[in-house]
Amino acid sequence: MEKLIISPAPHIHGGDSVSKNMTGVIIALVPALLASLYFFGLGALIVTVTAIVACVLFEYLIQRFLIKGEKTILDGSAALTGLLLAFNLPSNLPVWMILIGALVAIGVAKMSFGGLGNNPFNPALVGRVFLLISFPVEMTTWPVVEPFSMSYLDAATGATVLSLLNEGSSAIPSAKDMFLGNMPGSLGEVSAVALLIGLVYMLIRKIITWHIPVSIFVTVIVFSGILYLVDPATYISPLVHLLTGGLMLGAIFMATDYVTSPMNPKGMWIYGVGIGVLTVVIRTWGAYPEGVSFAILIMNGFTPLINFYVKPKRFGEKVK
Amino acid sequence: MKTFRIGGVHPAENKFSAGKKIQQAEIPKMVAIPLAHYIGNPSEAIVKKGDLVKVGQMIGQANGFVSANVHASVSGKVNKIDVQLDASGYKRPAVFIDVDGDEWLDTIDRSTVVKRECNLTKEEIIKKVQDAGIVGLGGATFPAHVKLSPPPGKKAEVLIINAVECEPYLTCDHQLMLEHGEEILVGVSILMKALEVEKAIIGIENNKPDAISHLKQLATAFKSITIEPLKVQYPQGGEKQLIDAVIRRQVPSGRIPVEVGAVVFNVGTTYAVYEAVQKNKPMFERVMTITGKDAPNPSNYRVRLGTYLSHVVEQAGGVPEGTGKIIGGGPMMGRSLMNLNIPMAKGSAGVLYMRDEEAVRRPVQNCIRCSKCVSVCPMGLEPYLLMAQSERNMWPEMETDRVMDCIECGSCSYTCPSNRPLLDYIRYGKATVGGIIRNRNAK
Repeated sequence: MEKLIISPAPHIHGGDSVSKNMTGVIIALVPALLASLYFFGLGALIVTVTAIVACVLFEYLIQRFLIKGEKTILDGSAALTGLLLAFNLPSNLPVWMILIGALVAIGVAKMSFGGLGNNPFNPALVGRVFLLISFPVEMTTWPVVEPFSMSYLDAATGATVLSLLNEGSSAIPSAKDMFLGNMPGSLGEVSAVALLIGLVYMLIRKIITWHIPVSIFVTVIVFSGILYLVDPATYISPLVHLLTGGLMLGAIFMATDYVTSPMNPKGMWIYGVGIGVLTVVIRTWGAYPEGVSFAILIMNGFTPLINFYVKPKRFGEKVK
Repeated sequence: MKTFRIGGVHPAENKFSAGKKIQQAEIPKMVAIPLAHYIGNPSEAIVKKGDLVKVGQMIGQANGFVSANVHASVSGKVNKIDVQLDASGYKRPAVFIDVDGDEWLDTIDRSTVVKRECNLTKEEIIKKVQDAGIVGLGGATFPAHVKLSPPPGKKAEVLIINAVECEPYLTCDHQLMLEHGEEILVGVSILMKALEVEKAIIGIENNKPDAISHLKQLATAFKSITIEPLKVQYPQGGEKQLIDAVIRRQVPSGRIPVEVGAVVFNVGTTYAVYEAVQKNKPMFERVMTITGKDAPNPSNYRVRLGTYLSHVVEQAGGVPEGTGKIIGGGPMMGRSLMNLNIPMAKGSAGVLYMRDEEAVRRPVQNCIRCSKCVSVCPMGLEPYLLMAQSERNMWPEMETDRVMDCIECGSCSYTCPSNRPLLDYIRYGKATVGGIIRNRNAK
């Protein structure tokens, strides 16, 4: 009572915090993590743990010895980057490559820009693309599904659905298998159903809004649907587009990254449509069978421009 | 159920004093009645040291049209006219009166009988409201007679009564509706007459079901007054938000409500209008809420203007242990007070104790661009951007991004997961940009 605090209003806070949001996303990723542990076994566990530990450790070291700033590893964002990086890797990737990916993600893509909130590109995706370009063979050799497999580097490998289709093969899994995740791929991207559970959780907790995932899904379905209707023999069906590759993971967890996505619904739609179009273009006509990572990174680059030109609906803009 | 269409938050309501009967606060031994406690020019003292005054006697004369008269809230002897620290944090002129008895002006009708008939003309009503020194009791304290006199060419179509009380903790309006519902409805019909409107809508948030049903029942005896229950959402008590919620019209940037045909009065102001017009009672007291999570006795008091808050707080059991901050008003838009030696003013809706741990702001982190501030802003602004511009003194950009539309509701700062002081910076920018605009217009 002797010393009252004086500060301007508001005097209460809703209790939301950075770490609550980050742990919320991590919780939303748990179903997909469990699915990957089931489908890829030990390899998935090793890759995930390595990526998370490496990301947190690199952030700590950079913070401590290079930036000498405040400790931020407890906000959960480094762990989340590690988890998302792991989800974008094959489950038989050697540890040293994962360490390089983590260093690029945290060191180059995040901390060099000033840490959380200042990075223009999604750190986990920068790490993944760096690895993809540096180690194209290891990054596109996928273990085949083997429930609770105990193999890691020695896992039997096979091609992903998209690379099969890219090479003109038509031996693809059933829609049910693709929906559940019973197919080769990056360890976190395969199970559409697990990722969708995560989406529902994040929507209920109001961690993200529906605009970005829905705009990407709608765009991919419409664009690839038109192509498919024109020539079903040449083009991939919208369902396969939706359920394979990194689309679900990308649309739900990577494109919705707070820092690198636009700040209002109109902007989010532009961004989502851009990602959808670029994904289908790269998958259909590009050199790579998979294009979600590139599409998201390209649209990350447009985010500041979108924020500059696209404004939220102002109060009283249209009378009545 | 209706509510406003852009943004909004829902803080914990914590209406501990709901349903507590309005008690008459004891009259203190001395009052300091502020002469400048509303928007507009301060009034000028028309009494001097040694003068004897009665309750209801005018002591401060309005200075210009946008200004309000001030009346003695006690009877006694004027001790001095001096500056006094008030809730705004500034020292401003006040009339100090030593209390002697409680002698009211003979003209004031002190009976509690509800007087329903009003045969006055529009002009007579506005004159009475002006004489009584009525200002808006919702927070902005804008002189009421100005609102009753729309600019030439503008015509009100509907009167909206703000009975939302969207600030957490506060219950003074709620209790007033329960205890003086009929008087309020008479006040509404008087205001309708003054504004020459055919329709009045009372907007009440549905966390006050007893007030809604009570007024609905009473309103059957009144022509053209409807009660509109609203979904609880802050800042619904904001004038523009309430108009949007009730009649689905949005007041454009920089315009006033009457341009979309609406005039808004707070429910407490409406009651004061009733008292002024029907009972000849000037505005010299109001209901305020004393509350807080640890408040010994959360309650609603009718307090005379100029009473030191410490005097009211003592009657309600004193300041609880572990209080780190005392707020004049509600937690979203109220002002933190330096101490309790501050006189009660027309805009004082409550005293709120905050615990030590609630009073301290949490450490600020980087903006993570989650866009939650954008989605909660009831004016459709971009708080994160305005703060960044304000930090960098980018005044022209702030004006383009419509900082002047900000209603300072605090929803952005309340929501920010990084605890960023968004509104602090926006307020600073708004003040600076406002000054730039005034200078430009003066040229």
